[in-house]
Amino acid sequence: MKNKYSIFSLIKNAFSDHENWQQAWGDPEPKKEYDAVIVGGGGHGLATAYYLAKKHNLTNIAVVEKGWIGGGNTGRNTTIIRSNYLWDASAGLYDHALKIWENLSQELNYNVMFSQRGVMNLAHNLQDVRDLKRRTHANRLNGIDAVWLETDEVKKFCPIINTSQDIRYPVLGGTLQRRAGTARHDAVAWGYARGANEMGVDIIQNCEVKGIKRNGDKVEGLETTKGFIKTKKIGVVAAGHSSVIANMAGIKLPLESKPLQALVSEPVKPIIDTVVMSNAVHAYVSQSDKGELVIGAGTDSYVSYTQRGSHNIVEDTLKAILELYPIFSRMKMLRQWGGIVDICPDASPIISKTNIKGLYFNCGWGTGGFKATPGSGDLFAHTIANDEPHKLNAAFNLNRFVSGDLVDEHGAAAVAH
Amino acid sequence: MSDLRVHKTKYINETKRVSFKYDGKNYFGYEGDTLASALLANGVHLIGRSFKYHRPRGIMTCGSEEPNAICQISDKNDLTEPNVRATELEIYDGLEAFSQNCWPNVKFDIGGINNLISPLIPAGFYYKTFMWPKSFWKKIYEPLIRMSAGLGKSPTEPDPDIYDHKYVHYDVLVIGGGLSGIISAKIAAKSNLKTLLVDDKKTLGGSTIYQSNDSFKIDDQHSSKWLEKEINEISEIENLTVKTRTSIAAYHGYNYLLARENLTDHLSIKDKKDKIRQRLWKIRAKKVIVATGSIERPLVFNNNDRPGILLSNSINKYLDYYGVACGTNIILFTNNDSAYETAISLHKKGIKNLIVDLRKNSQSEIAKQAQNLGIKIYFNHVVTNTFGYRKINSVELMELSDDGNTTIGNKIKLNCDCLGISGGWTPMVHMHTQSGGKLDFKNDDQVFIPKEIDNDQISVGACNGDFDLETIIDKTVNKINIFLEINNQDYKNTKVGCSIEKEKRNIWLLPNKIPLGKTKCFIDFQNDSTAKDIKLALKEGFRSIEHVKRYTTTGMATDQGKLSNMHALGIIADTAGVKMGTLGTTTFRPPFTPLTFGTIVGRNVGKFFEVVRKTSIHDWHVDNKAKFENVGQWKRPWYYPKNGETMHDAVQRESKAARDSAGILDASTLGKIDIQGTDASEFLNRIYTNAWSKLSIGKCRYGLMLNEDGMVYDDGVTTRLAENHYLMTTTTGGAANVLGKLEDYLQTEWPELDVYLTSVTDHYSTASVCGPNSKKIINKIFPELDLNDEDFPHMSFKNTKLDNINCRVMRISFTGELSYEINIESKYGKSLWEKCINAGQEFNITPYGTETMHLLRAEKGFIIVGQDTDGTMTPSDLQMDWIVSKKKYDFIGKRSLYRSDTIREDRKQLVGLLTDDPKEILEEGAQIVSDTNTKPIDMLGHVTSSYFSPNLNKSIALAVVRSGKNMKGQKLIIPMKNKNINVTVSDTIFLDKENKRLNA
Amino acid sequence: MFLINCPFCGERDQSEFSSGGEAHIVRPKQPTELSDDQWAEFLFMRKNIKGVQFERWNHSHGCRKWFNVVRDTSNDKIHSVYKMGEKPPVK
Repeated sequence: MKNKYSIFSLIKNAFSDHENWQQAWGDPEPKKEYDAVIVGGGGHGLATAYYLAKKHNLTNIAVVEKGWIGGGNTGRNTTIIRSNYLWDASAGLYDHALKIWENLSQELNYNVMFSQRGVMNLAHNLQDVRDLKRRTHANRLNGIDAVWLETDEVKKFCPIINTSQDIRYPVLGGTLQRRAGTARHDAVAWGYARGANEMGVDIIQNCEVKGIKRNGDKVEGLETTKGFIKTKKIGVVAAGHSSVIANMAGIKLPLESKPLQALVSEPVKPIIDTVVMSNAVHAYVSQSDKGELVIGAGTDSYVSYTQRGSHNIVEDTLKAILELYPIFSRMKMLRQWGGIVDICPDASPIISKTNIKGLYFNCGWGTGGFKATPGSGDLFAHTIANDEPHKLNAAFNLNRFVSGDLVDEHGAAAVAH
Repeated sequence: MSDLRVHKTKYINETKRVSFKYDGKNYFGYEGDTLASALLANGVHLIGRSFKYHRPRGIMTCGSEEPNAICQISDKNDLTEPNVRATELEIYDGLEAFSQNCWPNVKFDIGGINNLISPLIPAGFYYKTFMWPKSFWKKIYEPLIRMSAGLGKSPTEPDPDIYDHKYVHYDVLVIGGGLSGIISAKIAAKSNLKTLLVDDKKTLGGSTIYQSNDSFKIDDQHSSKWLEKEINEISEIENLTVKTRTSIAAYHGYNYLLARENLTDHLSIKDKKDKIRQRLWKIRAKKVIVATGSIERPLVFNNNDRPGILLSNSINKYLDYYGVACGTNIILFTNNDSAYETAISLHKKGIKNLIVDLRKNSQSEIAKQAQNLGIKIYFNHVVTNTFGYRKINSVELMELSDDGNTTIGNKIKLNCDCLGISGGWTPMVHMHTQSGGKLDFKNDDQVFIPKEIDNDQISVGACNGDFDLETIIDKTVNKINIFLEINNQDYKNTKVGCSIEKEKRNIWLLPNKIPLGKTKCFIDFQNDSTAKDIKLALKEGFRSIEHVKRYTTTGMATDQGKLSNMHALGIIADTAGVKMGTLGTTTFRPPFTPLTFGTIVGRNVGKFFEVVRKTSIHDWHVDNKAKFENVGQWKRPWYYPKNGETMHDAVQRESKAARDSAGILDASTLGKIDIQGTDASEFLNRIYTNAWSKLSIGKCRYGLMLNEDGMVYDDGVTTRLAENHYLMTTTTGGAANVLGKLEDYLQTEWPELDVYLTSVTDHYSTASVCGPNSKKIINKIFPELDLNDEDFPHMSFKNTKLDNINCRVMRISFTGELSYEINIESKYGKSLWEKCINAGQEFNITPYGTETMHLLRAEKGFIIVGQDTDGTMTPSDLQMDWIVSKKKYDFIGKRSLYRSDTIREDRKQLVGLLTDDPKEILEEGAQIVSDTNTKPIDMLGHVTSSYFSPNLNKSIALAVVRSGKNMKGQKLIIPMKNKNINVTVSDTIFLDKENKRLNA
Repeated sequence: MFLINCPFCGERDQSEFSSGGEAHIVRPKQPTELSDDQWAEFLFMRKNIKGVQFERWNHSHGCRKWFNVVRDTSNDKIHSVYKMGEKPPVK
């Protein structure tokens, strides 16, 4: 049993000048063979491993990560968590995740700082109003706590928004999900890694997958920079690099990997205590616990694996921010970065088996995968362990691109997250 | 002024006193001072409190790397600015600055309690606690954590200042106006290359410009004198632009750089008025020369953060550039020769100082010079502690063991009022790495230097790891000649004499007798991360530098780790027993220094936020009190309230008038695409679901366009103007996308087709006159036009003239009424409209907006793409199978209509809904169920359009419902928040199913 | 922001262009002959290459012409540009 984290363990360790803390997770060399290997040590991959061990008793498993865990989109995202999606399938998936978030710190004994500060989506034209009301009604009937706010209620909930009706695209109202919010992204990866490792999962960093070995329509193992690893089940959770891994296995996915940028301001005292998103004016903002304004918007339109997008996206995003929050004009951008997001044609993810036995993909989360991390891990673990999807991820299969049964969430995801 | 202003320098204008306030107290400095130099001249060191422990902090540097001395500027709600570095801000009359992150004040700060409990709050403590009891998180722990956020305060009112952008192209951009930058710019510009030199400071010259030591001479003059002459020379070169107070913020690929020019921040409050505050330069340069120099690094030892502890070279700059002494009894603690220059400068001004040097000896010329001047030097010694709460008052030294791992001998305590530290120099490789460049580790100097990447960029001078004058000049000249493919001989005979550093000794974490766990050896000063935090992270299994950085928050403060990154890496390498350079570095992300949002956005704020498209009739709508709706970028009249009417009343009146007599709609915003070519008909066949070949000239036809996925994408009426000439209309919001899509198919899939597309949306204004009296009105306007139903039937068009101006009149209808659309060149749109209004006056012609238009078409069951469809509806789902040609071999999206999901019978389908209570109007977006008792509730669909029809005197709605096609007459429920509304599924056409009104 | 050498207008800033994704996915001449799987392959499946990729770009804020670009998606370096209908250069 590892150190249990608590105020008492902090006090105890303070007496020994914090010299006696244990490793949160180890740094092993890969074994020759595992029962299952997860490719990708981001939040989703680590959560998958955690639930495989915890709920399905698969502990002879490994997570292989080409860099450092949580270093991809997990460590680069703006951490919005909500479940107010339109379609039943999506609402089921994301609310499943949200319910896990609500107890995740306790479950992992790692404070992921899940902050239910509410997420508000603004409407700026009449079709926005129709779409958001439609979503709110659907949410209510699906048991999701979304409410419609009129403009004055929007202003009351977040007073710094410019709700003047004279601006280019005035705020005509919005929806609010109070259970929604943000979490500390690094802590999610680290908490799952620690939890999984404690149950025996090997977390192997700096281990890049170079090939997938197939025997006919079955997988046999992985070629990695740390040698060949034999396994009958491979769960790929490689986000922007999903297609790269798929190509190794000789399959194609309906994905395009595009740059998504975000930025933070210098830290300031609390000024906005919720998350506000706008589709039509195309930007969103929240404030981190450090005080930085966390800002993001949409992707570039082209495929790129460079982890950097074009400046005009940043300019447009801040333009939108200043339209809605003219008080932020003198705030300063402290840091700006990019990630690679893998986008599906219907803006919904894939959590699915493939035509190759033992090869599973969890990808296509586009700009909004962080919020699903615990649910995605849980359902992917179920899919891998049983070789069958859970009913909550059944709709997110690969076959939908053949049958046409898409889960079109463009309305929900038109702006990143 | 105080006696800390020790001498005159040419950079400080002592004839111009500038008064300013700091924390409410009046001070003055001189023109040329930064806030930091002026405060130091007034003996003020304590400037703020650190983020986590609220420890007192003072000015530490003289530039953009400053971690501590950051202030709130101004207390005006609109002009206030947080986190401004006192070391960069030039003072001006009326400046008011405040310390941050402290309460009630900087001298006595309640938050200082955090320093006392610091053993309980090591790196990452918040991940380990605040979890029990769970209910405390939301109400107690989280608010507490969030309360402690931030440093300064955001403005709370809109910014009155304006910002600007400028786009420039240069042959050569030189970043940094120090010694190597000036040489580079001069060589480039004299080689006939259009050159831009930028420097973030007010004056050029970098750190050489105040170097006046006999050990550093160029052409037998002090290096500063020589450089002054060079600077004077470059000001004469014609194709060289020099921009000072201009800092490169970001270096993107393809030599695209952003620079922020500061225009008014240094001006007095009255001079700032009505001027552009900052300008963002967007630079494309064929070649970029990076000459950003290096910054001095601190040394890491216990309590290395007190006010009064500065970087050694900053003390030198304050002295020789600003004329300010940072103390009167100064200790310099160093591991390299550069502190000796500071010592000698201080000595020359009569300021008491001594040197503590980690190294066992220094044989260089400058060290000898210091020794000869009688400056006391403690070689092989280390500072192990400092004392003094609000300002340093003494230090403790010990001797170093031979291997440097421990301290030996007795403690020596020395009094001082200022401690200068120098841990060597770090090349500023930010620009290089931002542009995608990689780094090499140079072991001699323990620095990362740029690995050259391509032919379009080069780093020279100290940022390339070249530190001594001779190497800088030599290598810069050579490299620039090769880089620019020129042969400049200007510096061939330049004679350089400079002291060369021979001994080096670098220890990332200095040894101490006190266990590390009980020390505070700061690495990141602003974020309060210490050496023991780094070690804790490593102990807990964080190995990657990015992990350690994130776990300890090292390098994540407003200085973005300029002072801390190297030490963090060094300590990780030492602890893990690996070589520096194998760990990599953290990524330097743009911007180089924080960049104001307003500057990034420039002029595109307020009314310039985004283009507003208005029709040529817009002014008439405004004059007639229309309310407007945003549709895409267009402003469309939404409704025209009369005498205080509500929207509902106005829409009821407009709708009724349109059916009873006559209405008029500005339809100019609909997309219009002119299609010509011998294959135009074939093209339409492939684009639309229905057939076009047989459409006669002069006739109009409605078309439905799918995307390749089989879902409805756009719709509109297309008119055949001539054999090979069509005019297509699209939805207002979809126009640009439709044109783009059509061009895509035409150019890439069907280049063999002879078809040309031109957007003519803006070329024509369209007035749509409808209602039983519309024919009479049109007849009044166009008396020569034969409106006879046989000659000019529904779905046909005619060319005609209005006062000699060509017009196209289409007899088409989106309301179900007899209706004519008149297209005229845009500039005549308003006069056409007014003619219609005048002609219609006797028939009570009523202008109506989009809301009434939506209502009228809903009465007829016509869809609006984007409202009744959402990208998931096929033509069959819309009960529009009639428009899908069975005969055509192919059209866009056809194949997708036969997939297993698209042929399902139980897809959501468009239906009409009638409320049981005809007065009850459904909410658009409301969900539809058949049973409210199932769990979860099974949602069958939703209401897409809903209105109260004045013509039918009841509420009507369109909706999409699962299997709706076969549900006519069935009862369904709309479960609202507070009640259930009962509805019956109906036909989608509510009025005039026989289309009699079209020919009324 | 990279520069794209439009074959019709010359070198322009990338922000003037829009990307059309992977190139040389020819729309099937006889869609009705295809199985659902084959049609899905055309509609949705993409190579999404990390490395040198052939792709379509449109000079949407310029001449509005479509053309092909060979670009390395791992560093955004453009290797060549060629018009629609022209033979792609050998890698």
